[in-house]
Order: sequence, then C-alpha cells, then structure tokens
Amino acid sequence: MTASLWYALIGAGLVTLGLHSLTLTPHVLRKVIALNIMGNGVFLMLISLARRLPDATNPAPDPVPQAMVLTGVVVAISSTALALALLRRYYEASGRTHLPEDDALWGIEEEPPGRFAVMPDGEDDDDH
Amino acid sequence: MTTDHLLPALPVIPLFGALLAVIVPLNALWVVLLLVTFGILGSLISLFAVLVSKGPIRSSLGGWGVPLGIDLYVDGTGMMLLAMTAGLMIAITFYSHAYFGHGRRARRFWPLFLLVWASLNNLFVTGDIFNMYVTLELLGLLSVGLIALAGTPAAYAAALRYLLAALCGSLFYLLGVAMVYSNSGNLDWMVLRFHLVSGPSAYIALGLITAGLMLKSAVFPLHFWLPPAHANAPAPVSALLSALMIKASFYIALRMWLWVFPGSIPTETAGPLFGVLGAVAIIYGSLQALRQHRLKLMIAYSTVAQLGYLFVFFALSMRPEGMEQALQAVVFFAVSHAFAKAALFMASGAVIRSYGHDWIDGLQGSAERLPAVMFAFGIAGVSIMGLPPSGGFVGKYLLMNTAVEQGQWFWAVVPALGGLLAAAYIFRVINIAMKAGRAAPLARPVGSGLIWPAWGLAIIAVLLGLLALRPLEIIAIGSPVFEAGLLPPGGAP
Amino acid sequence: MKTNEDMIQGARAPHPIFYWGMTVGVILFFAALVWAILSLPPAAPGLFRQVSDRMPESGVESMVTGVLLNFRAYDTLLEIAVLLVAVLGLGAIRLGSREPLPEAFTAGPVLMEFLRFLTPVMVLLAGYLLWVGSKYPGGAFQAGAVLGAATILLQIAGNIRAGDIPLWLEKTVLISGVFVFAGIGAACMFFNDRFLHYPQEYAKGLILIIEAAATVSIGATLMVLFAGRSLADPHDAESEEGEHR
Repeated sequence: MTASLWYALIGAGLVTLGLHSLTLTPHVLRKVIALNIMGNGVFLMLISLARRLPDATNPAPDPVPQAMVLTGVVVAISSTALALALLRRYYEASGRTHLPEDDALWGIEEEPPGRFAVMPDGEDDDDH
Repeated sequence: MTTDHLLPALPVIPLFGALLAVIVPLNALWVVLLLVTFGILGSLISLFAVLVSKGPIRSSLGGWGVPLGIDLYVDGTGMMLLAMTAGLMIAITFYSHAYFGHGRRARRFWPLFLLVWASLNNLFVTGDIFNMYVTLELLGLLSVGLIALAGTPAAYAAALRYLLAALCGSLFYLLGVAMVYSNSGNLDWMVLRFHLVSGPSAYIALGLITAGLMLKSAVFPLHFWLPPAHANAPAPVSALLSALMIKASFYIALRMWLWVFPGSIPTETAGPLFGVLGAVAIIYGSLQALRQHRLKLMIAYSTVAQLGYLFVFFALSMRPEGMEQALQAVVFFAVSHAFAKAALFMASGAVIRSYGHDWIDGLQGSAERLPAVMFAFGIAGVSIMGLPPSGGFVGKYLLMNTAVEQGQWFWAVVPALGGLLAAAYIFRVINIAMKAGRAAPLARPVGSGLIWPAWGLAIIAVLLGLLALRPLEIIAIGSPVFEAGLLPPGGAP
Repeated sequence: MKTNEDMIQGARAPHPIFYWGMTVGVILFFAALVWAILSLPPAAPGLFRQVSDRMPESGVESMVTGVLLNFRAYDTLLEIAVLLVAVLGLGAIRLGSREPLPEAFTAGPVLMEFLRFLTPVMVLLAGYLLWVGSKYPGGAFQAGAVLGAATILLQIAGNIRAGDIPLWLEKTVLISGVFVFAGIGAACMFFNDRFLHYPQEYAKGLILIIEAAATVSIGATLMVLFAGRSLADPHDAESEEGEHR
C-alpha cells in the first residue's frame, strides 16, 4: 500500500460520508455541505489515483487529473453558490429550510412563514 | 469552411449569442437570435452533407488529437440529436418570445436559453467524457436557473430538489470518469473501448456512471425530482426540460453502454435489468399520470413513463445481433417523444395562460374556448399514445419488432400496455375538454404566438412517422456495428 | 434560517428501515469503491509522457497550465462558462425577491488601515500568481480567487456597496472571461486552422491574455456570488425601460 493509494481510500471514505449525509439529513444547507464533502472526496481520488506508483512512464504526477480537479473545483464553487442563493430565496418565499418530502419523512412540523415571505408575482410580469 | 470550422461552430455560435444576449437591449435581441439560428442551421446542413457522403466526422480541437487533447466527433446518432435540438430550440424561441414578452424575466431567460443550446450542441459533438461532465454540470445549473424563473415557492423547492439530485448524479458520473481514467489513461469515448482493462474498476466505473446518469435522467426509481421540476417551471422551460434536457444524460448512457464498455464488460447481461426498470417506469409513470389533477403534472409523469421506453430499447440494444436496429429505434423514439412532449407542454402553457390554472377538472368545454390549443394537444397526444402514422408509433413498432426478432416477447407486451395507458390519460383530458355544457370562461385570450409553435411541433411529431426511413438511415451512420474494429487502438487520425 | 438546535428539536428520526437501509447501502458502496481502488494496476496509465513530450509546443512551462490552457483548453473555456451560468442563474433566482439590503457597515479605523495596506498587496499577489502560472503552480483561477477574496473583504468592510458599480461595467466584466477566451479561440480558427489552435510563436502571449481576462472575470464573479445579488442592480430593478435609455 502506497501513500497515494491510502489517500484514494480516504477519498472514497469522504464520498461515502457525504452520500450518507446527503440522503439522511433534512436541512438543505447540510445537504449542500454534504455534496461539497462528496466532491472533495472525488477530487482526492482523482488526484491520488493518478499517481499510484512512480515508474519509468510516470516519473512525476500526471498533470491531466490535476487540471480536471481544478475544473471540478470551479464547478463545485459555482454550484454551491447557486444552491445557497436558491436556498435563501426558497426560505424567503416559503419560510422553510427543508424540502416538503423531507418534512414528511422526518416528521418536521410546519415552520412559521419567513420574515420576507412574499406571494409569487404570478405567471407573467410582461404586461406593458 | 472545413469540418474543422463547422464542428466547433455548433457550440461556439450560441455561446457568443448568449454573451451578446447579456448586454444587448431586449428589443435588438432578435438580431442575435436570428444570427445564431442561421449560423447553427448552416453549420448543421453543411455537416450533414459531409456526413452523408463521407461518414462520421472528427476534428481535434487545438490540433492535439486524442489522448492529449479533446476531439469533436459527430456520427449519425449525434447528427439526428443535433437536428432535433435545432428544431425544438427554434420552436421554443418563438414560443418563449410570446410567453415572456419584454419583461424582466425575458432579460434573464434569453442568455440562459442560448447557453442551453450551446451546451446541448456541445454534448452531442464532444468526444471527451470529461468534457461531457462539464457540459452536464452546465446543463444542470442552467435548468435550475430556468426553473426558478417561475418565481413560486413550489418552483424554488423543485429547483432545489433538482439541483441536489443533479449535483449528486454528476459527482457519481465524475467518480466513474476518474475510475475510467485510472484504468485506461484515456478519455475519448471513441477509442476508450481499446484501452479499458477488464476488472473490478471497470465494473465499478460503469456502475457509478450509470447510477449518476439514471439519477440525472430520472429513470424509475430515481425519478422523484422530475414531476415537480417539470410541472412547476414556466411552460417554455418545461418543454425544454422534458423534451431535451433528459435526453442529454440518456445520450451519454447510450455512448457508454454501446461504445465505451462493451469491450471490457459483458454489457448484454445487464440488459434485462434496464428492461425491467424501464417496464416498471412505463406502468408506474402512466398510472401516476392517470391520477394527476393538474395538466402539467400529468404531462410530467408521462415523461417518466416515456423514459421507461427508452430504457426498454436500451435493454434490447445490448445484444450484438439487434444492436443497430435497437439503436435506430431508441434514437428515433427519443426524437419523436421530444417533439410530441414539447408540443404538449406548450399547449398546457397556453391553457394556463388563458385559464389562469391547469386543473384538469376545470377545463370543461375548453375544446370550444381554445379549439386550436386542444387540437395541438390531441395531435401531440397521438404520437405519445403511439397511434399510426405518428413517430411514436414507428418507434414502438420498431421496438416490438426488435423484441420479437430477438425472441424476447415480454418486451413487446410492455409497450402495448403502455400505449393503452397513455391513451387513457390523453383521452381523459380530451374527454373533459370536449364535454358540452357549461364551459368555464377564459381569464384572458391567448395569443397566436403560444399556439402555432405547439402546432408545428405536434405536426412534426406525426409526420416523423410518415418520413421515418430517411432518419433511420441517418441514425445508423457510424453505428457501433459499422465501426467495430475499424479504428486502430489508440488511433487518432 | 433555523439553527441546528431548532432543527434537531423539530425533527424526529426517519423510519428506521429507511435509515438503516441507507446506512447499509452506503457501507456497501464504500466497500465497492475500496474493491475497485485496490484492484487497479499498481502503475497508473496516465498521460504524463504525452504531456511532457509536447510541452515545448504549448507555450508555457508548467504542465498543469499547459493542460488547462492549451491541450484541454476547451474544458477550461466551458468551466469559465459554468461560472458565468452561476451568476446568470443568480439573477434568475433573485427575480422578485424583496429581501432588504444588508445593513450598511462602516469599518473601524483599524480595519480600514489594515485594508488600505492589504488590498494593494492582494492585487499584486493576484498579478504575481497570474504571471507565475506559466512556470509554476498558479494561474487564472488562483489569481482570480485572490482577487475575489480582496473584493469580499472590501464588501464586508463596507467599501464596495450595492449600487457603486455601473450596470454595463458589471455585465461586461462578467462576460469578458468567456468572451476573450472564445474570441481568441475563434480567431485561431480563422487565422490559423482550428478552434483554440494557437500559433506556436504566439501561444504564450495568447494564453497570458486569456488568463488575464479570466482572472478579472473570475474575481468579479466571486464578488457577485458572495454578495448574492448584482452589486450594480441590487434591487433587480433592471428592466427594458430603466436600462438603455
């Protein structure tokens, strides 16, 4: 067992922990964090699997997975930002931080409406 | 113009269009849309001519070639899906213009819309499975923004649920890609077959990729996010999602199962599993559609059912002897479903616009009030039910034919049953719409811009059945049967 | 938002069959991953050799930068497009929101003095990371992150406030990363032969231009994403009437 294989196994562990949390916690914020942990696990696996044993063909780490991880990190930032913005908007509009089906699954009582709860503007706003 | 120019033009033209749509004032946007549409149509037609005369087209971006760089590649299947995308996007352009008008939502909608076009085009031309991952993420985030445009708490919940599911699905896919790369040191789906080493990592890679893609294309039992997302989005977005977006991850699954993994994994043994999932999806989705009280939810559950057909086809295409015919059938079915489903959602959007709701029971006498809309609904329904001469009929006929030829009678029974159930839920709406007597009054008249795109798509969905031979020939260009053994290992041109 | 304690008090555990089924499922998933990892051949069949063989043609010396901005530049173009999509999606999500602006905060003298010192250093650091990226680890994303962090500090201290930036400027900077990248790619297509095929003698300069535009664009994107709203148009009041007349 080399060090990089060990890191790959840790990566697999992170993915598993993230998956557990993603499916078994109702709060959306926690789900977003769980997804980030999963993502980091995947990145760790990508990087460490690329260099299991240095040999004649691979005297140094393979740069392609490193570039892939950089791309993946940027994607993760973007989707996390979007998820957080969406969660805030959902909370503003409905006063909830859980998805409706999770409320039923977890037996969460109805929360009070949010401070800034608004009714939707309606189907269209293009009357001019 | 060579194919080296034309292939990248397909994603790059709408990408530039999207950038311009961010800064150009709304009343000048039609120029951008016109240029993008003609640019894409021109490239598609030129590429089509080359494809028919010379076979599949490959172009290396930056001139590096695989495995170092990224190649673009288009074969008959890709061309068919590109043409489907172009046709639907044009219709949705007109529909969205009528739907969103010139308000604040329109400003947000058009850049996202053009980016969807760019991403879909890129997905169908890219040869690189990591590039597909980035494209999948693009499509996922774009869908979220588009669903949220509806502006209701239900839409935000649906968008959030979809985002969580999509991110989880694409992480699974990325993990699978990581496994594939660690196994083979290659990322191009055309040549991966020659590099993948059989073993546990290949099995797990395929399992991860498939699980991720099934979650993203809402295959039963991972369909939970689809009905609320597709039903709560604005109508043009529903059409976009149900007709095109779910085909994206299905397309990757097709490439993976028929092109990438057959060399290292006995994929045909997994076929029946897909078939069973597909069959359950057909029955479950149709029954749920029958139970719905809202029109858009009904159509969304119909999508769950129709996705089941795609996976039944999938099961049949795993066997080498029926591969080509099943591939033709599955792509053809996907295309005709896209046109019919988009037409249904457009019609439902017109209903919502004029009645202010889409409760099916409240649509009494709507055939009288909205004859054009309900007629489009009915025509599109013909293809969904699979009545002759529609595209849906030809697709199902090919499916049954393949199943019988392979001696798998069971798979011929399921689509017949699914067709009956589809007829039940479509006719339920038509029946209520035709009910004479007290017709509910319209809240407001519906403009023609919401009607004729639905008409156009519904008519194409039916005509596809009459003109099926040519598309079927095109789909077969460069199918895995033809190209098996043609490419040398590691061979970049 | 509800705190964690509220959530735990409000929530009962889900059905034990669901909970334990899921738990066993993820443990099996972990076992499968471990099995796959341990079964991989000890030597990785990577692309190190191919990349290092063609590094001289790439115009840069850092292998990761070479992969990111030349060999697999198309991935990177799409990735900057993902950032743009996040900002555009934010605009779509925010539409109709009545969330008030965060209360104005004025930095105390110590923080102000610290920022006066730190901000130029961060900008300089971003420039250095951008420049050094062609040889060592670094490049547009690292530089953009530092730049973004600087704008976030200034936002927190109240030095950048909503409405400070003209709308056209914000929009132009946000799209400039993708625009310059794709524009250079398209120019290569017309003046050379293929999309993103830089002529070898100009490769270094073109990559630097792309990275510079991307750095500024990424910094601005992170600024807007952190604020959670357009800084030029915080109330989402932008409409056809208000904008171009």
